[in-house]
Amino acid sequence: MSFRTPLKQALGSGASHSGTSRWWAQRVSSVALVPLLIWFIIGMVHHGGADYTDARAWLGSPITAVLTILTLAVSFYHGALGMQVIVEDYVGHETVRLALVVLVKFAAVVLAVAGIFAVLLVALGG
Amino acid sequence: MAKFRLPANSRIQPGRRHPTSVGVKNVKVFKVYRWSPDQGGNPRLDTYEIDRDSCGPMVLDALIKIKNEIDSTLTFRRSCREGVCGSCAMNIAGRNTLACTKPIDEIEGEIRVYPLPSLPVIKDLVPDMTHFYAQYASIKPWLQAKTPTSPNRERLQSREDRAELDGLYECILCACCTTGCPSWWWNSKRYLGPAVLLQAQRWLVDSRDEATGERLDDLEDSFKLYRCHTIMNCTEVCPKGLNPAQAIARIKGRLLARG
Repeated sequence: MSFRTPLKQALGSGASHSGTSRWWAQRVSSVALVPLLIWFIIGMVHHGGADYTDARAWLGSPITAVLTILTLAVSFYHGALGMQVIVEDYVGHETVRLALVVLVKFAAVVLAVAGIFAVLLVALGG
Repeated sequence: MAKFRLPANSRIQPGRRHPTSVGVKNVKVFKVYRWSPDQGGNPRLDTYEIDRDSCGPMVLDALIKIKNEIDSTLTFRRSCREGVCGSCAMNIAGRNTLACTKPIDEIEGEIRVYPLPSLPVIKDLVPDMTHFYAQYASIKPWLQAKTPTSPNRERLQSREDRAELDGLYECILCACCTTGCPSWWWNSKRYLGPAVLLQAQRWLVDSRDEATGERLDDLEDSFKLYRCHTIMNCTEVCPKGLNPAQAIARIKGRLLARG
């Protein structure tokens, strides 16, 4: 038996006064991904069958390297935002939800840094 | 965790069969969700065969015919029988709609009638709307103005400003949209749902209201507002032909413009 009024439950802890910037960041990053992914897919189709030296030369060229780094950064940024929304949608338990959101963000940062580092290694290193 | 299966005590079992009298030519079969708190147990799906030739055109007519002539224990809400009150909102043939404005002949084969999804059932087709109404109350759905008006005079509005309310004021709060929204199913505790957000937009665009800023403050929240993922079920099912998804998008746009 609950003695709390329905309005009390509907109001909860009130509004967080945030969320717009996160929602907008997701939209903007998705728009940025449109040209980046089109470029990336065309690049993959053209260089998919290349041998090691050619592939390295392509990835190491300044334009390719910059665009690949941008694609990786924006993809993981956008992906982390999307995964956070999915976790918040489906995981009701507050502590588990918080832990999973942190995990998603860590994973996105680790994977993005690893990918960008690999591109830099090819572009700058010997 | 979001629940994708009904709890064991809510799973529907086959129910009783009420055949028509012999010799009826035009038979329409209704399968209706039945559950009574007095009897307890699992809900069941009772089958009623209706003589279509002696029944009115709408699903509500059939339900009233069942209650009058076949099984008086069947419980449902109804009032205006013309799509104005919103009482008879239920899930008919897999879609939330108003029984009073849903023609029987639009549905092929047997017609399944369930209460609105995701709400606790009080009895048969009557769901508990308490939380839905509380969420509505939480957005303060009344005119808030600091400027006093003299008591013998209305708050005036231009024709253009009044037209801003079109497509919003018609909402009858039947909850077809809100209970059809998967995002509300998973997060109804915090997400306000399409009907309440459409009503929020109704007060945001009201030229006489002076609490726009406070209203936006109270809406800006990852759960209250931004659980809307434009799934569009709301707009798809609205029996009044309104567009709650667009109303929600306008709220988001307003918050974005405010910065």
